[in-house]
Amino acid sequence: MVMHIVDRRLNPGSKSLENRQRFLRRAKALVQGAVKKSSQDRDIKDVLEGGEVTIPLDGMDEPRFRREGGTRDLVLPGNKKFVEGDYLPRPTQSGAKGSGAGEGDSEDAFRFVLSRDEFVDLFLDDLELPDLAKRKLAETESEGIQRAGYSTSGSPANISISRTVSRALARRVALRRPRKDEIEALEAELAECDDAVRRRELMAQLEALKAKVKRIPFIDPIDIRYRRFETVPKPVAQAVMFCLMDVSGSMSEHMKDLAKRFYMLLYVFLKRRYKHVEIVFVRHTDRAEEVDEDTFFHGPASGGTLVSSALVAMNEIVRTRFRPADWNIYAAQASDGDNMTSDSALTGQLLTNNILPVCQFFAYLEVGEAANYTFDMPDSSLWTLYERLRNEGAPLSMRKVSERGEIFPVFQDLFKRRSQQERVP
Amino acid sequence: MASSGERLFEGADWDFPTLQRIHDACEEIARKELGLDVYPNQIEVITAEQMLDAYSSVGMPLFYKHWSFGKQFAFQEASYRKGLMGLAYEIVINSSPCISYLMEENTATMQTLVIAHAAFGHNHFFKNNYLFKQWTDAEGILDYLEFAKGYIATCEDRHGSEAVERTIDAAHALMSHGVDRYPGKKMLDLRDEEKRAGQRRQHEESVFNDLWRTVPNVKTKTKASLTAERRRALLGLPQENILYFLEKTAPRLAPWQRELIRIVRHIAQYFYPQGQTKVMNEGTATYVHYRIMNRLHQQGRITDGNFLEFLQSHTNVVFQPEFDDRRFSGFNPYALGFAMMQDIERIVSNPEDEDRHWFPDIAGKGDVEGVLREVWANYRDESFISQYLSPALIRRFRMFHLHDDPAESAGILVDAIHDERGYRRVRRELARQYDVGFVDANIEVIDVDLDGDRRLMLRHTTVKDAQLNETDTRRVLQHLADLWSYDVVLTEVDGSDKVLKEYVISPRVAAAAAA
Repeated sequence: MVMHIVDRRLNPGSKSLENRQRFLRRAKALVQGAVKKSSQDRDIKDVLEGGEVTIPLDGMDEPRFRREGGTRDLVLPGNKKFVEGDYLPRPTQSGAKGSGAGEGDSEDAFRFVLSRDEFVDLFLDDLELPDLAKRKLAETESEGIQRAGYSTSGSPANISISRTVSRALARRVALRRPRKDEIEALEAELAECDDAVRRRELMAQLEALKAKVKRIPFIDPIDIRYRRFETVPKPVAQAVMFCLMDVSGSMSEHMKDLAKRFYMLLYVFLKRRYKHVEIVFVRHTDRAEEVDEDTFFHGPASGGTLVSSALVAMNEIVRTRFRPADWNIYAAQASDGDNMTSDSALTGQLLTNNILPVCQFFAYLEVGEAANYTFDMPDSSLWTLYERLRNEGAPLSMRKVSERGEIFPVFQDLFKRRSQQERVP
Repeated sequence: MASSGERLFEGADWDFPTLQRIHDACEEIARKELGLDVYPNQIEVITAEQMLDAYSSVGMPLFYKHWSFGKQFAFQEASYRKGLMGLAYEIVINSSPCISYLMEENTATMQTLVIAHAAFGHNHFFKNNYLFKQWTDAEGILDYLEFAKGYIATCEDRHGSEAVERTIDAAHALMSHGVDRYPGKKMLDLRDEEKRAGQRRQHEESVFNDLWRTVPNVKTKTKASLTAERRRALLGLPQENILYFLEKTAPRLAPWQRELIRIVRHIAQYFYPQGQTKVMNEGTATYVHYRIMNRLHQQGRITDGNFLEFLQSHTNVVFQPEFDDRRFSGFNPYALGFAMMQDIERIVSNPEDEDRHWFPDIAGKGDVEGVLREVWANYRDESFISQYLSPALIRRFRMFHLHDDPAESAGILVDAIHDERGYRRVRRELARQYDVGFVDANIEVIDVDLDGDRRLMLRHTTVKDAQLNETDTRRVLQHLADLWSYDVVLTEVDGSDKVLKEYVISPRVAAAAAA
């Protein structure tokens, strides 16, 4: 009997991918909850590595008619000492059946591994920069290329073979170019033919056909078609995010850690969701400086506190590099809320006159000591100032954070996708 | 074909010609010595990842898309990656040609084992066992799956994937009660099914006339209400195949929904014999591979080293942990099946007095292969065990029967052990564990209130006081009510028709609103 061997190893793998995606879509709410929960007690860097999540089976189960209870009869192997009529004590519920308990666990919760992309997508899903309104056509890099039919001229690399060959075929048919088998048939006949008259006739025919073949080329330059491409401008919303961080002496290690975590999250969010968002890092003590990403997150610094210095620096950068007419400007500021009393007036003035009018959104994050209950403390000078501005209608949101675990919820809250009218409170 | 005595392979490596040689050598032994009759074989080599894929689509090479398979896949992948679960060496499909998947990681010895096991053992069983002959159509299954996959994809395009998903969810929930347990008028022909589905659609399209939509509703003639007896007869009640009943009579299902239910029902039916023949199927395959491997070794076609490697994996496969072992999770079908096949071999060729007394028909008959082929063709697990589990084997496994009555405060009764008084009872109880009549809840559709609110009435007759799990039952009934679109009532009664519990579930989308 014939046996077939088929090598399937080269077939495309992940046949289950679509089923998996359907499953994730269906369990989205649950998985998202699990992702957020699992990301709370992990480092931001680790979060981006994806990983295992556990979701409850509720709502994801496939119910069946199952029976339970009643009298049970069991036949088991391995009797060592029982005789007929013995009574065995019932096992207690917890240790009743080793396998039963194990199954119980896996029945309630369902654990599986998410890939890095799946994890981050779910993690950042439903976050958005608010008010991405001033759309502006950016320059050259935003031009996309798109197919635009065929043309009669172009680069050899762009020859469309299928189009060319089909046109050539149409032309050959239309001009009745003799086919190869016609000529072969004649040649065969000629080879077998003895009659001189007939031979001459055949030769003449053959001659004519061959001449015609020569006249009508297989592929003519007029058949050739090239794939045509057009460049189309793609509108890109330009946005810039200013990260302003207080690194003065009054910020403890814990506070700096909180602030850095917040910015790390912000950085990841922007990098992933908005290709064209510029990020400007500004840190300040009593002087402000623009730094690169690495220095911002890892460089040491200390000194006094002048919040206005950061705002001055930001204002300067906006003026020179990001024309408010062309850019959506966002800012996030983190501080412990301490500021020189004499600086408050200047800070307020800068914010109201220069910064807030050009900003789409300004987020202020006040970081506190872990042990302190922020609610019991009197409001810091910065908080009081910002609160007043906000009440006057500035696009400003403020949050307080004192524990690592609070960062994600606060972040989530600040950048939650909202409807057009709704403002971040 | 390689002549006797020539090595099939050296070492652990193999290539496709090796597989061919192995197959031919196995085939020679299978046909000439064991007298097996098999479908043509098709051997497919796959990777571990593809094996995982196959796992999550119930082992079939192609299957429709559904989230539950994705869940399965995620679950299995997680436990595989953690090392909690090994992968099977092979998967074999009851189709003609019979497709066996072999893992590429297997050594040459393992491939030999797997070919003998799947391509001959399982294959012979699929082709010859009466349950498979009665309920499955090996020729048509792959085409039918192809059709099902395509049909469901088309439905998703036409009616939206959510609506399709809801219907399939509901059908899956009722899958265990979507099989015919008794053979009907005619054999299942899946190719024909596919053709008929196409014809039904064509017919609908050809008779479609938009004008009918505009005709005002004519009052239907009020028929004298049917007698209950007549009504039940017309609806084919009582009916235990709930999916069949829904497909034929659910009042508000769209034609495509009926087709989806039909597909799920056919697939459930296709797998129905497999659930009833686990012990026999694995026993047959294990016995066949054991015989073939031993013969190959005797012929010198595999080395002693290869044979030892085989024995090690064979021993792992037929290992039966005892009841107090941490690894114990019921009887291992490979172990029990293989032991029983070997036991029959012993009884036929070399019986003792006890065996002559218990098995007068086969004891000392001499024709081992003939008797076994007969057994493989005509039994399922339940009948096989109740017929052929010998006292010798009960003693060897040291089987005992526990009777757990919650009303008994003294504890669990040891009702029978492996002694003269207990053999028959142990055997009867073990056979009952494999009886589908006891394994699945006995639920039937008993009536529909056609004159009143169209509620669908079901009855669960309990066995040994085991009632349905409430949470799950509510969920399943919810699915059922959604398909039926009117209220559904399930009553649980005991053997003496005393009502134990009643569920009433209304559909999530009220039918009135849709009308």
